[in-house]
Amino acid sequence: MDVLNALVALLNYVLVPGITYGSQLAIGALGVTLVYGILRFSNFAHGDTMAFGTMVTILATWGLQSMGVSLGPLPTALLALPLGIAATALLVLATDRMVYRFYRRVRAKPVILVIVSIGVMFVMNGVVRLIIGPEDQRFADGARFLITAREFKQWTGLSEGLALRSTQVLTIVTAIIVVIALFWFLNRTRTGKSMRAYSDNEDLALLSGINPERVVLVTWLIVAALATVAGVLYGLDKSFRPFTYFQLLLPIFASAIVGGLGNPLGAIAGGFLIAFSEVTVTYAWKKVLGYLLPDSMAPDNLVQLLSTDYKFAVSFVILLIVLLFRPTGLFRGKSV
Amino acid sequence: MSETARKVALFGLVVVLIVGTGMVQSWNSALLILNMGLISAVMALGLNLQWGFAGLFNIGVMGFVALGGLATVLVAHPPVTEAWSAGGLRILAGLATGAGVIVAAALVLKRLRRHRTLAVIAVLVVGFFLFRWVFDGGVEAVEAVNPASTGFLGGLGLPVLLAWPIGGVLAAGAAWIIGKTALGLRSDYLAIATLGIAEIIVAVMKNEDWLTRGVKNVIGLPRPVPNEIDLQNTPGFVENATAIGIDPVTASTLWVKGIYGVLFAMVLILLLFLAQRALHSPWGRMMRAIRDNEVAAEAMGKDVIGRHLQIFILGSAVCGIAGAMMTTLDGQLTPGTYQPLRFTFLIWVMVIVGGSGNNFGAVLGGMLIWFAWVQVEPAGLWFLQTLTSGMAEGPLKTHLLDSAAHMRLLTMGVILLLVLRFSPRGLIPER
Repeated sequence: MDVLNALVALLNYVLVPGITYGSQLAIGALGVTLVYGILRFSNFAHGDTMAFGTMVTILATWGLQSMGVSLGPLPTALLALPLGIAATALLVLATDRMVYRFYRRVRAKPVILVIVSIGVMFVMNGVVRLIIGPEDQRFADGARFLITAREFKQWTGLSEGLALRSTQVLTIVTAIIVVIALFWFLNRTRTGKSMRAYSDNEDLALLSGINPERVVLVTWLIVAALATVAGVLYGLDKSFRPFTYFQLLLPIFASAIVGGLGNPLGAIAGGFLIAFSEVTVTYAWKKVLGYLLPDSMAPDNLVQLLSTDYKFAVSFVILLIVLLFRPTGLFRGKSV
Repeated sequence: MSETARKVALFGLVVVLIVGTGMVQSWNSALLILNMGLISAVMALGLNLQWGFAGLFNIGVMGFVALGGLATVLVAHPPVTEAWSAGGLRILAGLATGAGVIVAAALVLKRLRRHRTLAVIAVLVVGFFLFRWVFDGGVEAVEAVNPASTGFLGGLGLPVLLAWPIGGVLAAGAAWIIGKTALGLRSDYLAIATLGIAEIIVAVMKNEDWLTRGVKNVIGLPRPVPNEIDLQNTPGFVENATAIGIDPVTASTLWVKGIYGVLFAMVLILLLFLAQRALHSPWGRMMRAIRDNEVAAEAMGKDVIGRHLQIFILGSAVCGIAGAMMTTLDGQLTPGTYQPLRFTFLIWVMVIVGGSGNNFGAVLGGMLIWFAWVQVEPAGLWFLQTLTSGMAEGPLKTHLLDSAAHMRLLTMGVILLLVLRFSPRGLIPER
């Protein structure tokens, strides 16, 4: 039995990737949940908004790289990120102006807005593919590892290595900053409070003189920032491909719904729940069990519960279970 | 313009577009568009049952279409006897174990009073490992059988036309399971649930090589029509072709596609007739009443959830039939090509543009949007060529020309948004 090695293996293959993926999902789900809370519809274009923001950031990164600008150990994409956020903000504001505002004015049913967002999804998806193409793009640069497996083994003398990729640390740090900033904004500032008021009770908020168009404008700005950050972090950690971002829609929605649509705290909890379930169910446990069990009982197959291709099934099953037993999500979301 | 005149004019437009394709491009591509257009119209008809009649937000069309394709393989492909003897029974036993575990868990959930959650989890965990133990051995044995050409169980070797109704039944069965669990949910939850199920169905078809050969594709499925080569070797056919003045090779491809077209048109007309009868029956009026006001319908004693389940199954079955027809037309099952944008959201564009709630609208939307989907690509290429004709050769120009293929998604999105904004009831609105 070798608990330390087992722990390190667990940390390396399950906990760190889980936390990283969870942070990415949480930031994505925050965007979905904000749109749902304020604008009251499920935004199917969110994945493609993420893809758009990431695409602009990638293009800006390439521009910076060709000019020889770099951040040293940090990825250059961080410098390009503000540009990506700005471009995405312009895009979603223009979309709101040209598309969504009309339906708000005629007070269309939420389901109509969902279909409208499918149209927006098509357009954004088309734009992204037109500009950058459907292929895989890698744009991470700078130091690749904070700790490599070899260094870790040398320091600790354990046989199991722990590799900490810089993108993982970056993701987690950024996620913490973003979440703190968002909650500070929602709970402490006047605009944030008016947003929460509008989300809780639209009529009452209107009566107290809150300008709905301003609330919507600020919401879209925040959503653009969240979507771009989530997309860039995911792209740095893995890689950028328009179709993958479209597919991210499912775990992101699952996170938001599991946590309770419209509830920011729930979105974060949901993101981590979904991420950890995906990682644990699709991880081959052979190594960890091999350390923990005596040699005679060590498993001879991979002990992988499900192949990684079925990770969507995991988020989906959790979603169904939560919906069947607690239809408003873990944190009591709202329903329109 | 009266409604009939509008219908005639719009369907006339479809005919003109397809005949025009035949004259300008080639009759071969015109028939290709016609055949896939007919299949798309069937899919749109199925979705229209769910969305137009009952207001069910199903964005899992792709899954049912894929199940129809799977049915084609299971029905028409000749059985691979070697694989069956290697591990076929073990796979069946594994599947039976899996089903047994689920039934056992359900029984425990129903019967037990105390420690219910723990007992259910225990049954599921133990059952899962039992299932994997029985099942995995069979899968390994089957997939080891001549993996380059078979490596899967094959089908029943029945006539391929049987696959169409069976595809419908398979999709209906899946829809029953999904509907039982998810139909009570709110509309956008149902949407996500169906989206997820469709992804899972396609993931299963991509990864379970023993069933569908996965991404290795099943090719050479039997066809309900004669082979082009055989036709070219039939003296009578060649004589007839030369008599009308078409070269026998072209004539044979056109003839085969024509027969497919007639078959698909027969299915479409039958389903359209049934859907029309359903719409104008008391049942159809009840459906629309439920759609327009669930609470009022329930107060009148209508079983809302039961009716929803019914129409969800019917609509999915129609999508399954369309999926089986499509795989038959292709002659192969390629699980890697099922993409939600193409097989779910495009069908939505068809229904919305055609006119949700109107069967003729759905059929029109299916044909028209399919035509647009096919023709946007050459049109986009032409557009970009004109646009870039003044540009110097360079990476930007190449990139622009390469991306013509992606104009499709953009165009479909713009069409959908414009229709929703300016004509939300579609081209042929519901009466």
